[in-house]
Amino acid sequence: MFSVSKKKRTIPGFGLSVGYTIFYLSLIVLIPLSTLFFKTASLDFGAFWEAVASPRTLAAYRLSFGASFIAALVNAVFGFLIAWVLARYSFPGKKIIDALVDLPFALPTAVAGIALTAIYSPHGWVGRPLAALGIKTAFNATGVVLALTFIGLPFVVRTIQPVLEDFDPAVEEAAASLGADRWQTFRRVIFPALFPPLLTGATMAFARALGEYGSVIFISGNMPSKTEIAPLLIMTKLEQYDYAGATAIAVVMLLVSFALFLVINYLQWLGSRRSGMNP
Amino acid sequence: MRKNQTRTEPRIIQRLLIGAALLYLAFFLFLPLGCIFAGALRKGAQVYFQSLAAPDALSAIRLTFLTALVAVPLNLVFGVAASWAIAKFDFKGKNLLLTLIDLPLSVSPVISGMVFILLFGAQGYLGPWLAAHGIRIVFAIPAIILATTFVTFPFVARELIPVMKSQGTEEEEAAVTLGANGWQTFRRVTLPNIRWGLLYGVILCNARAMGEFGAVSVVSGHIRGQTNTLPLYVEILYNEYNFAAAFAAASVLVFLALVTLFAKRLVERKFNEEKSGETS
Repeated sequence: MFSVSKKKRTIPGFGLSVGYTIFYLSLIVLIPLSTLFFKTASLDFGAFWEAVASPRTLAAYRLSFGASFIAALVNAVFGFLIAWVLARYSFPGKKIIDALVDLPFALPTAVAGIALTAIYSPHGWVGRPLAALGIKTAFNATGVVLALTFIGLPFVVRTIQPVLEDFDPAVEEAAASLGADRWQTFRRVIFPALFPPLLTGATMAFARALGEYGSVIFISGNMPSKTEIAPLLIMTKLEQYDYAGATAIAVVMLLVSFALFLVINYLQWLGSRRSGMNP
Repeated sequence: MRKNQTRTEPRIIQRLLIGAALLYLAFFLFLPLGCIFAGALRKGAQVYFQSLAAPDALSAIRLTFLTALVAVPLNLVFGVAASWAIAKFDFKGKNLLLTLIDLPLSVSPVISGMVFILLFGAQGYLGPWLAAHGIRIVFAIPAIILATTFVTFPFVARELIPVMKSQGTEEEEAAVTLGANGWQTFRRVTLPNIRWGLLYGVILCNARAMGEFGAVSVVSGHIRGQTNTLPLYVEILYNEYNFAAAFAAASVLVFLALVTLFAKRLVERKFNEEKSGETS
């Protein structure tokens, strides 16, 4: 208690910095976001339910959640592999590839969208040979999954890679000296330690994919009730000036996002407590 | 030799894993990158430069820079204030404040744009008042800047808070005791310590500000030559089947993204050098 009051006395700017932080936060984030809840409160329940539970909306939710889930799973597997390879092995071009893994963060989503469409559409470099085999990789749910997989790539890699790099070699050596083979060491010793960050990264990728818009709309084909993701349905309702419908669909998505956000914060808190980094 | 074997896999498995990872990245990173440049240059360098010099393209580039030029400094000032408050003082509700700062990251871009329509649009809460006073926010540049500021809100603060926390408060306390005022303390003591973290946050914030699509798409109204940022311009060209020009505009954004990744790496290295220099 003493140190708290002393700190406040010596370093100036407490009132100014906290005051400005709360003022700016309210102005840019809290007030705009709260309009969504005010608008929802002004809807009567019938209209709300009609928008949220219509077959078209349910189909959009199903596609958004399903495709995001599959994309998160793909990213869990391949993100793990990429993090492992980058942290453990050396090969030519590793530094460049390590930097390029963040590309989906830095690349505007619209650019990712047209690039993926160009490659995976039936006329594209990859889409054409696959189409000859009868596999369609664009303008259907597969295309949605491809786009969501692309934008989720860095999350799992960047949550696992630092844990893998800091992994205590003595633990693995102990396992080996106790007679475990490499696969047993991986399965029983390394993987359990990596599971919490893997779960965190995959949940982040899932949360990001749920709200994603730009990279999906080019490759999905946007057919109502078939390949229409929830954010696109919100956009369509806004363009038709159906603000009530858009609000109802959006508030459901937003509540799910907030729930996932709290889950991610909790997972990160667990992780930092386990490694003893948190005070 | 023996010790080495206990921590690594046989050569053949290593190669297989590296191969699988590179193959995956080829399909998801290298091919998309390559196809943008191939698509941009398909009709030759002349068409490429002509499409970038078109008046609509130039106006989109200008608006993109203008947006970043307003949104990034706003969030920079906020980031410094927020990290100063959170790192240097203890107060009630600090964890709540930290959570609220990260909030925009979990909001879908479409919803991020939509809230400004609910607030400032013709049917919005402030719409009638704005219309009566002849102020245009939605489907105009102010809403584009607001939506971009919302989306990039946490970027500087998120990078600065841990950096400033790790610096502690002793140096600032010493400066104040020696008679420096608040501004002098910040400029001479704190700023040199946080400069790489600050730059890192600005780089990430700027990349997102220039590349944001969903939120800006909702509020822009897509008026050619007026309310089109570069990512929106790419979409319009693409939907008009003007693929060469769409990919040309996209290649500018790819170039910006690659510069961002390079600058990010550079700052990371500087930052780590400085940290290891301090401890040794």
